[in-house]
Amino acid sequence: MSDAVFHAELDQLRPTLMRFAVLQLRDEQSAEDAVQDTLLAALEGKDKFSGRSQLRTWVISILKNKIVDRIRKRVREVPMEDLGENEDEDFDSLFAADGHWQSKPANWGNPAASLEQSRFYDVLELCMTALPEKLARVFTMREILEMETDEICKELAMSSSNCWVVLYRARMRLRECLQLKWFGDDMKGASE
Amino acid sequence: MKTCKEVHRMVIEGQDRSLSFFERMAIRVHLMMCGACRRFEAQMDFLRQAVRRFPGD
Repeated sequence: MSDAVFHAELDQLRPTLMRFAVLQLRDEQSAEDAVQDTLLAALEGKDKFSGRSQLRTWVISILKNKIVDRIRKRVREVPMEDLGENEDEDFDSLFAADGHWQSKPANWGNPAASLEQSRFYDVLELCMTALPEKLARVFTMREILEMETDEICKELAMSSSNCWVVLYRARMRLRECLQLKWFGDDMKGASE
Repeated sequence: MKTCKEVHRMVIEGQDRSLSFFERMAIRVHLMMCGACRRFEAQMDFLRQAVRRFPGD
């Protein structure tokens, strides 16, 4: 790939990278910085890019690392306070006193049908954006940046039970949101 | 036999820590008999796959 083509393709990815970074970092300026660092690293590492993976996948993996760096730095500066809440309340609303589901979870069908549709990722983005910042921060570290739970708790100076409650809530909110906005009435991606 | 509530808790904990052999067995036995929990487990698997593939190809 010539330099000119490489530059043009990187430039095309910039809006995607920006959206991704803003979603993870929730701050325009540090997202801008992370994207800048990523593009520089991509330019410097051009030789390492073998063309075996897609350029987009490769650049996003660089961006994920840049975001992790920023989150780590930020965490050290602003420790997250304990939520100090009780997860039992969360469970109680979902289950009857005898331990059975209040309402049976819906069948989301064959995941591949949704995962192949680009519109699905717009809905997922919408749902992740709707998460309260605290939940989003921990969930992002766990699932998008794929950090181990222990490491996240340590970084955020949270107790492991607290960390767990936060992750639980994030998952349940996303589940609810996807149910409503994607799997809702007409079951767009799935089949019952 | 575990209740759905107990299994729900283990399934979701399994997303964030490795479960013991006995926990995994308890889940398996329960899921064989419980469609509601099977659906919930499938939803959690789906959520993980989806988020890890985000922003899509």
